[in-house]
Amino acid sequence: MNTNTVHAPRLADQRRKEVLRQCLSVGIATGAYGISFGALSVAAGLNIWQTIALSALLFSGASQFAVVGVVAAGGAGAAAVATSSLLGMRNGLYGLQMSRLLKVRGLRRVPAAQLTIDESTAVAIGQPEQAAQQLGFWGTGIAVYVLWNLSTILGAVVGDALGDPKRYGLDAAAPAAFCALLWPRLKSGDTRAVAAVAAVIALVVAPHASAGIPVLVAALAAIVAGLLPSGGPRVPYDLDEPSTAPEEKPPI
Amino acid sequence: MTLWTTVLLASGLAFTLKFLGYVVPHQVLDGVIVSRVTAMLPVALLSALVAVQTFTATGGALTVDARAAGLAVAVTALLLRAPFLVVVILAAATTASLRALGWG
Repeated sequence: MNTNTVHAPRLADQRRKEVLRQCLSVGIATGAYGISFGALSVAAGLNIWQTIALSALLFSGASQFAVVGVVAAGGAGAAAVATSSLLGMRNGLYGLQMSRLLKVRGLRRVPAAQLTIDESTAVAIGQPEQAAQQLGFWGTGIAVYVLWNLSTILGAVVGDALGDPKRYGLDAAAPAAFCALLWPRLKSGDTRAVAAVAAVIALVVAPHASAGIPVLVAALAAIVAGLLPSGGPRVPYDLDEPSTAPEEKPPI
Repeated sequence: MTLWTTVLLASGLAFTLKFLGYVVPHQVLDGVIVSRVTAMLPVALLSALVAVQTFTATGGALTVDARAAGLAVAVTALLLRAPFLVVVILAAATTASLRALGWG
């Protein structure tokens, strides 16, 4: 890998603006569904402070939706925590990628880790040059964090005032949200097969287990699929080295 | 487990997993199998969550009600590349309308 540790060259103003615009648009788009999280969370029976704590501390959309989903279904706390954590494992893998690009040390790793989510990682690795990758990560991470938390509060307050969530179809909003989160991951035949098998397993187990367990059993499908040799293209997380190698200077 | 315990435990573990990526030596988690399992996990979990939350009633019995129509509309919206919030709102609106009409 590229072991170059010199600082990445500064970005031109034009490029800087371009990257920041991407950060902000991702922040707004993602932040907007913090409203549905806030509303669903209070509908599931969490209070406003617990809802705010999830967005501020857990800060990973799919895991947060999973916690409130399991709680809403009357599942055990342990099942909620386990589902959330299994979903959160991918952030650890993103962290591996980002620690190479960000070159953070010491305490700066704490905010970097907290901001390591789908969106910040995606914007960062979408940039060709290292300075833009770093700006993309921090810019998107901070934009999503601020907007996600603000919109969570809004959703929790509005949702709390609404009353019975079923009247508004909020119990269909959660699976729709999961479906939208799942959608971009269904690009390869491998992932579509895993999704289908997992859904079937969950439905077969559901009548015989308490809430939250069927989803965990279905996760086994992923582990089995992961152990099988791949026939399809490489998984998107197994990224190539970033193209940040400094241009080769001709020998004098 | 109280709700607060659930919230704080899930949050603590979520941060630990994120932080591990920054402190674990790269080669430990870099294997192809680990990458594949980690890539497949969210797919399996999200898909299972969609299935369970759409097609089971309280207690886990299989059922098809107004939520299924909401999901069908959500999938259609996704096929038409609708943004996230539109997908969620359309699903909720569909389900709410059907219930208002007395179905599901």
